[in-house]
Amino acid sequence: MLAYIVRRLLYALPILIGVNLVTFALFFVVNTPDDMARMQLGVKRVTPEAIEKWKVERGYDKPLMFNSGANGLSTVTETIFFEKSARMFVGDFGRAEDGRDIAREIGNRMLPSLAIALPTFILGLFVTITFALTLAFFRATAFDFWGVVLCVAAMSISGLFYIIGGQYLISKVWRLVPISGFGDGLEAWRFLILPVLIGVVSGIGSSTRWYRTIFLEEVSKDYVRTARAKGLPETLVFFRHILRNALIPILTGVVVVIPMLFMGSLLTESFFGIPGLGSYTIDAINAQDFSVVRSMVFIGSVLYIVGLILTDISYTLVDPRIRFE
Amino acid sequence: MMGFQVVVLWSDILIWLLVAAGVGVGVLIAKTPPLLAAWRRVGANRVGMASATVLLAFILIGLLDSLHYRAQLESKPGQKAVYAIEVLSVLDALAAPLRSRNEKTYSAPFATRLYAKETIDLPGQGTVRDYPRLKHGGKHLGEREDEVAEDAAFTAFKAGVLAFIGWLGVFAAVATVNRKKSPKLKLREAAFAWDAVLLTLLLILVFAVPLFWLSGYYHVFGTDKVGQDVLYQILKSVRTGLIIGLVTTLVMLPMAVLLGIVAGYFRGWVDDLIQYIYTVLNSIPGVLLIAAAVLMMQVVIDTNPQWFSTAAERADLRLLALCFILGITSWTGLCRLLRGETLKLRELEYIQAAQAFGVSSWRIIVRHILPNLMHIVIIALVMDFSGLVLAEAVLSYVGIGVDPTMTSFGTMINNARMELGREPVVWWSLVAAFSAMFILVLAANLFADAVRDAFDPRAA
Repeated sequence: MLAYIVRRLLYALPILIGVNLVTFALFFVVNTPDDMARMQLGVKRVTPEAIEKWKVERGYDKPLMFNSGANGLSTVTETIFFEKSARMFVGDFGRAEDGRDIAREIGNRMLPSLAIALPTFILGLFVTITFALTLAFFRATAFDFWGVVLCVAAMSISGLFYIIGGQYLISKVWRLVPISGFGDGLEAWRFLILPVLIGVVSGIGSSTRWYRTIFLEEVSKDYVRTARAKGLPETLVFFRHILRNALIPILTGVVVVIPMLFMGSLLTESFFGIPGLGSYTIDAINAQDFSVVRSMVFIGSVLYIVGLILTDISYTLVDPRIRFE
Repeated sequence: MMGFQVVVLWSDILIWLLVAAGVGVGVLIAKTPPLLAAWRRVGANRVGMASATVLLAFILIGLLDSLHYRAQLESKPGQKAVYAIEVLSVLDALAAPLRSRNEKTYSAPFATRLYAKETIDLPGQGTVRDYPRLKHGGKHLGEREDEVAEDAAFTAFKAGVLAFIGWLGVFAAVATVNRKKSPKLKLREAAFAWDAVLLTLLLILVFAVPLFWLSGYYHVFGTDKVGQDVLYQILKSVRTGLIIGLVTTLVMLPMAVLLGIVAGYFRGWVDDLIQYIYTVLNSIPGVLLIAAAVLMMQVVIDTNPQWFSTAAERADLRLLALCFILGITSWTGLCRLLRGETLKLRELEYIQAAQAFGVSSWRIIVRHILPNLMHIVIIALVMDFSGLVLAEAVLSYVGIGVDPTMTSFGTMINNARMELGREPVVWWSLVAAFSAMFILVLAANLFADAVRDAFDPRAA
C-alpha cells in the first residue's frame, strides 16, 4: 500500500512540472514582462524607465530561462523561470501587486473558503443522494418522470440565477439573513447559511440525474434479482443492497473534488463577499495581478492531482478486485 | 437604393462553415444506414423534435445576425462612396426600429413613462417633478395613456390570429405531403414526430409574432440603463451564445478526435505522450486556465491595437479567442473517451483482418475506426453545447468572458446585477436574459438527451 502511494506521488511529479511549464509559457513567453508592465502601468505613464523600474521591483528584469551573464549554477538559478516558477514547488509564491506575501494570504483565506465549501459539499451530497434514491425507488412512475423533468429544468437554469434570485428573495425581500459579508467565530453562521443553501440547490439538478442513472444501473443487476427472489421486501433490497453498492461509484467519484474544496467557489464568494480563495482569485483577475493568478493555477493543479491520487486509493480500498500493482 | 459594403467577420466565416459542415454531415449520414437509422430514432422522439424546432428558431436568429455589412453614407453624386463605421447585420436591419428607438434610461415593459422622476419644464406653468413620457414607447396612444392594456391585448390578439392562420397553412402543407407519401397513416402516427414539430411551431409563432408586432409600439421587455430595448439585446445575445456553444466544439473536435484515435491505435510512446499532454491540461482547474489565458490574450489585444480597424472586429476576435481557450480546456474529456474506445476497437476481428490484409494504418483509422466512433463524437457535440452557453454567462460575469461591448447573456446579466438593489426594483433585463437563456439551454439539453438515447446502444 505504501509503495503504491509513493509510486503514485512520483507519477504526479512530471505532471506538476508540465503544469508549471504551461503556466510559465502562458505568463512569460506569450507576453513578455514588458507587455505586462505596460498593461499594469497604464497607457499614460509608460516610459522605458518606468517599465524598467517596474521589472526590477518585481524581479522580472532577469533572463527567462538561461542567464548567460552569470557563472556556474547561477546561470540557471538567476532567471525568471527559476525564481518565479520553479520556486512554487516549495511553496514560495512571491508577492502580490499590493506587496503582500501570496503564500501567507492563501493560508489566511483557506478557512473561509472551506467554511462554505465543506458544508455545501456534504449537505449537497446527502440531499442529492436522497432525491436520486427516491426517484429510483419510484422508477417508471409519473413521480419519477416529473422528477427527471424537474432535474433537466433545474440543470438548464444558470448558476447566476440561483445566486442572484436567492440573494434577492431571502436577504432583500424576506430579510432573513445578511446579503453578504463574513464574521468571525460562531457569528459566521448567519453569513454562511445562504451561500451554502444556494450552493446545494444549484447542484441538485445535474447530480440527482447522474446518481439516479447509477442507481438504475444497479437495480438491473443479477444480485438484486436474487435478493427479490429470496423474498426480501423491496425496501430492504433498496436500502441494504442497492444503496450500499451504488454508493461505491458515487463516493469514489466525488473524492476527486474533496481537495479542491480548499479553493472555494469563484462565484459564490464574490457574490457573498466571503474573504476566501475564490474571491481572492476574482480580485486578482480584475486587478490583473498576474502573480496571484499564476499561484492559484499552480495550487489548483496540485489539489486536483492530490484528488486523483485519493480517488485511486479509495477505489482500491472499496473494491477488492482492484489490486495495488 | 442605399449601397452597402459586405463585412465578413471571422466568426461569420466559422459559423457559415459550420452550416456547410452540417449539410455535409447530413449528406454523409443519408448514405450511412446505421447513422441514418439512429437519426430516424431521434426524429421519432417527440420531445427531441420539439426542442429541435426551438433550437432551429434560435439558430435562424443567429444566422441572420451573422451576415454583416456597412451601410453607405449619403454622399453627393460623383463623390466616392463612403461607408458607415458601424458594422450592422441583417438582423439589425430587420429589427431597425428596436435598435434605433432608444429611450433616456430604464423603463418598465409596456411603460409609457420613464422609470425615474425628472424635472420637466411645462411652457407657461413652470417646472414639475414627474415621470417623463417616453419618446417611443406607446407614442401612438397620445393622450390615452391608460388604455395600454386594452391596446396591447387587442394588438396581440390580431397578431396571434394572423400567426395562427399562417400556421394553418404550414399544417395543411405538411398534412398534404404526408398523405401523398403514406396515405394510410395519420399525421400523429407518422415515423417522424410531425405533431410535436407543428405544435412547437404553433407555440413559437403565437408567442413570437405578437411579440414582434407589439415591439413596434412598445418596449415589450422594457429598456435598460442607457435606454436600449431589452428585446433587441436578447436577439443579439443569441448569436454570441450560439458561437460559444458551436464554434468551441468545432475548434476542439479535430484535435480531440485525431489525438484520441492516434493514442488508442498506435499505443506505445505516442499514447504516453498524448496521455501526458491531456493529463497536464486536465490538471489545471478549467476556470483558472481560462482566466489566465484570457488575461494574457487581453494583454496581446491591448498592446496591438493596430490589428483591428473597427471595434466590432476587436470584439469578434476576442470572442473567437475565447472559443479557442474554451476548446483547449474542454477537449480532454472527449479525447480520453475516444482513446478508450479505440483501444477496444483495435482488438476486434475485423480490424485484425484488415491489418492482416496489409491495409495501411491511416486507411484503417479513417475507414474502419472513425465511423464506429461517430456516435461518441455526436453525443459529445450536443452534450457540450448547453454547458458552454451557461459557462459564457459565468465567465462574462467574472470578467473573463466576451468583450464588454459585445452583447451576450453574460454581459446583460453583469450589467443588470445591481439593478435588483434599486427601489423600485428593475427586474426586467435580468428576467428577460435568464428566461431566454433558460429556453435555449433547456431545448439544447432535451435535444441532447434525445440524441444520446438514439445513439448510445447502452442507454435504456
